[in-house]
Amino acid sequence: MTTLNNPKTKRRHKLQPTKLVRPAKGTQGPYKTPKNQVFQDHRHFGFSNIMLVLVVLFLFVPLFVVVIYSFNASKGMRWTGFSLQWYTKLLFDSDQLWRAFANSFIIAISSSVVATILGSLSAVGIKWYKFKSRAYIQVVSFLPMVLPEVIIGISMLIFFTAVKIPLGMFTIFVAHTTFNLPFVFLLVSARLDEFDFSVIEAARDLGATERQTLTKVIVPSIMPGVMSGLLMAITMSLEDFVITFFVSGPGSTTLPLYVYSMIRYGVSPVINALSFVLILGIMILALSFRKFLKTIAASS
Amino acid sequence: MNNLQQEKRGRRLGITYSAPMGIWLTLFFLIPLSIIILYSFLKKGLYGGVEWEFTLTAYKQMLNPNFMRVFWRTLWVATFATVITILLALPCGYAMARSRHQVFWLGMVIIPFWTNSLIRIYAWIAILSSEGFVNETLRTLGIIKESLPLIYNQGAVITVLIYMYIPFAILPLFTTIDKFDFQLLEAARDLGASKPESIVKVLMPNIRGGIVTAVIFTFIPIFGAYTVPLLVGGKDSYMIGNIIVDQVTKTRNWPLASAFSLIITLVSTLGVIWMMATAANESARRKTPVKVVDSSGGSE
Repeated sequence: MTTLNNPKTKRRHKLQPTKLVRPAKGTQGPYKTPKNQVFQDHRHFGFSNIMLVLVVLFLFVPLFVVVIYSFNASKGMRWTGFSLQWYTKLLFDSDQLWRAFANSFIIAISSSVVATILGSLSAVGIKWYKFKSRAYIQVVSFLPMVLPEVIIGISMLIFFTAVKIPLGMFTIFVAHTTFNLPFVFLLVSARLDEFDFSVIEAARDLGATERQTLTKVIVPSIMPGVMSGLLMAITMSLEDFVITFFVSGPGSTTLPLYVYSMIRYGVSPVINALSFVLILGIMILALSFRKFLKTIAASS
Repeated sequence: MNNLQQEKRGRRLGITYSAPMGIWLTLFFLIPLSIIILYSFLKKGLYGGVEWEFTLTAYKQMLNPNFMRVFWRTLWVATFATVITILLALPCGYAMARSRHQVFWLGMVIIPFWTNSLIRIYAWIAILSSEGFVNETLRTLGIIKESLPLIYNQGAVITVLIYMYIPFAILPLFTTIDKFDFQLLEAARDLGASKPESIVKVLMPNIRGGIVTAVIFTFIPIFGAYTVPLLVGGKDSYMIGNIIVDQVTKTRNWPLASAFSLIITLVSTLGVIWMMATAANESARRKTPVKVVDSSGGSE
């Protein structure tokens, strides 16, 4: 009786109107959609929703401010009028910046491709075969993800100095590949967890060679994991400042290093314009890879 | 016979697939890390580097009250920022998991997260500095004459740290809450629990793994933070990361830097062990169907 008269229980009936029959329009896979829709909380102004909106605002407001002031006519943060001069400057009068950008790009592509190949292969090896050093590889691939960047940067700097490898593009490439590997490995492993091993047995039974199994069965099925890994690796490489800071040498300035020197030694509003360009690029990236966002969220 | 052969073949293939990454990480992660451990017990070289002589000098130097103060500050800042971050991220993860627009919200969190960290720090400098957005706006409105001291203090460091790492907390929380069966909440409320009660007693225990992951992925990077205190902090907001870098680049005391790095590594490793223990608990618990939390005499 008490439960029936409980106002809280009564109110709850409002939460589940006609949604019990699931409309088949969900794009998030057939399994999850009904759960989320049937028990959808329809109070849009609930505490958690308000918090989410506030936090997203908190995340975006600083970026908005920078973007708005990239169109400011004067140098400071006092609005004096609309102007595109900082964009002109960014495009035509920032050679060093573009050179740094090119360096970043080269490093990002090379390190993420190498990391994706090595990491994916390793994930396949670990998930599907049993051998002695599995545990070792799992630990070694997990630690770099959790150690603070400063530690990885310092240890690499000391290492490269000790073995007398000159700091430069090559050492940055090595460092980026190293911190990208664990993420690719994790993403592909997660993908493999959902994979049915019997498909491989079937392929073998039907006479596929090891190589055919790899290229015709394994690779296509783990592609989403591999793609998310590659995407993650590229963005992390483009983004990294701390580790790069330690292992870079003369002539190997990357974009984050260049931005750092701009912040430290004289801010120019060109940096505002650059911010907008970068944010726009990230938005396009996120939009075009929106299918993988959930997989990526699961790994970070 | 056939089975044995297959096992052998599996072992060989597993090693072939995993070896490249294993070797890479051993060479460029584990060996550098071991060098740090070794260096922390050696004597400081005159111009950087080390001399091959066993000593505990670095560890004695660490006990210097100045360093101890920085150590406690780092611990305090990291703990405080982590608690706030998790408290903000929990409702966000919950709202995102229950939202029908999951991918949209994921994008909203991932876009700032992927934006170059230096750009994000710069955005805060542009907002908080004495000629920044807030001060200029207030001056224009005639509310203040002198600039407010918004930057280069502890408050700025903590705010920006939370800003930088909140996506690290939201993403794992979202992933775990998304897997949670919300019918359990409905059941709890059918049984007369209030909404907060059902969340604390039913949801929280079931997403403990995600919370621990979020704590680790927030606390460890903040504990090793370097860029944020450097760029938005004052002299009294130095953290361990800054000391390490100074010891490497300025004072050239590599053993001391190594000893500090070792401390951070140990703290991180403890965190990881805690996380793995929770995960192991979790998967053991999964084998029993539903978790019911006994409150001592609370529920009917």
